[in-house]
Amino acid sequence: MTQVRVLAGTRKGAFVLTSDGNRDKWSVSGPYFGGWEIYHLKGSPVNPDRIYASQNTGWFGQLIQRSDDGGLTWEPVGNDFSYAGGDPGTHLWYDDTPRPWEFKRIWHLEPSLTDPDTVYAGAEDAALFKSTDGAVSWTELTGLRTHPTGPSWAPGAGGLCPHTIILQEPRIYVAISAAGTLRSDDGGETWRVINRGLLSDGIPDPDAEAGHCVHHVEAHPAKPDTLFMQKHWDVMRSDDAGENWYEISGNLPTDFGFPIGVHPHEAETLYVVPITSDSLHYPPDGALRVYRSRVGGNEWEPLTSGLPQRDCYVNVYRDAMSIDTLDDTGIYFGTTGGQVYCSADSGDTWAPIVRDLPAVLSVEVQVLP
Amino acid sequence: MTSAGDAADVRVVLPAHLRNLAGVHGEVLVSVHRPLTQRAVLDALEARFPVLCGTIRDRRTAKRRAFVRFYACEQDLSNDPPDAPLPAFVADAITAGREPFLVVGAMAGG
Repeated sequence: MTQVRVLAGTRKGAFVLTSDGNRDKWSVSGPYFGGWEIYHLKGSPVNPDRIYASQNTGWFGQLIQRSDDGGLTWEPVGNDFSYAGGDPGTHLWYDDTPRPWEFKRIWHLEPSLTDPDTVYAGAEDAALFKSTDGAVSWTELTGLRTHPTGPSWAPGAGGLCPHTIILQEPRIYVAISAAGTLRSDDGGETWRVINRGLLSDGIPDPDAEAGHCVHHVEAHPAKPDTLFMQKHWDVMRSDDAGENWYEISGNLPTDFGFPIGVHPHEAETLYVVPITSDSLHYPPDGALRVYRSRVGGNEWEPLTSGLPQRDCYVNVYRDAMSIDTLDDTGIYFGTTGGQVYCSADSGDTWAPIVRDLPAVLSVEVQVLP
Repeated sequence: MTSAGDAADVRVVLPAHLRNLAGVHGEVLVSVHRPLTQRAVLDALEARFPVLCGTIRDRRTAKRRAFVRFYACEQDLSNDPPDAPLPAFVADAITAGREPFLVVGAMAGG
């Protein structure tokens, strides 16, 4: 029988939530790596029992863990994320002075679509690493960080973080806060910025190549050139692989937010979680609402059934939404209040899987045969 | 405590997270080449437990991580030069096994 496995990374460890295809009864295991921040964990599409996890604390730095049995046991693997070259160069700091690139943490792990031993890692500050040996050793794909616009990149409030990695091998998209979105058509060797059409308050030049605070980007597998973006403000869309972007915020109550999701069977069905503002990181009116568009944006409907509609002041982080591939599509998201919600009917109704985890940083779902 | 040749066995106490990572309980014993320095102790520790590489010292610079500190014999050794021989009374005490070398997670944050 089909099994569903949800991987939740939190401020104080990782949790594995499992259910059958009905997704109404769940078992919870964890915490794994208790006390550590788990920014992200994700399974290989080729071998779902191969899972990679990013484990970090301010005390003891960065580790990568690997499981080969679906999260039951874990093995620490490689954590040498040395930037290539003797002199790593500089990016901009908050005060517009140059600052040397420095490794801080791994925000996102993206396993290859074809090889379970190949995985990409998005590193703060703004570097992309690749491993082809199951995360034992890592090599920086230097073309990203050494892009001509790199010295002008400045960190967002959360750091200079490459949080989105979309693999359409050999094409790769990366989004960096606060640099913008870049695309490689040669497996990560060379990159070009793809930010035309993004408008950001605080950037006087409407044609600025870089500097945009992109929060998350998703693509639909069947329409790989169509991208959807939740920016700092604005929900955006591109139909030409990022060459041009246009706004699809439409009737959203606020177009600030972090995650964005795309329905696996309906390429024009999208999900966002509007958040009040960049200074008020909680939902408008204390009501937690997912918004769904079935027409590719601009026209949005609130999804509220089963979600708290009063006194709710949580946030939903950029990697904390995931969507399964079952016929009755499941939508999942985690909150800074420690809840992980599931909808087994494409968002019409919701129920919490768990209510009291540490703040949820990431959610990834796997469907197991 | 003595070890073969020009080396000494040193007791090292790790913080809980690093004990879990290394898969050990309680103190660990490492064989450290003389003269005893911070770097020699940490090199020996990482050689025995490679999983600790990068968790105590920065991988690139080999500098102590900001929220990790080193103590022995009630002395804070954290800011001593890593290649300086440990003070004689400290080296004597830890090579004799009377005192451990402590790796401590600093009290910071929550």
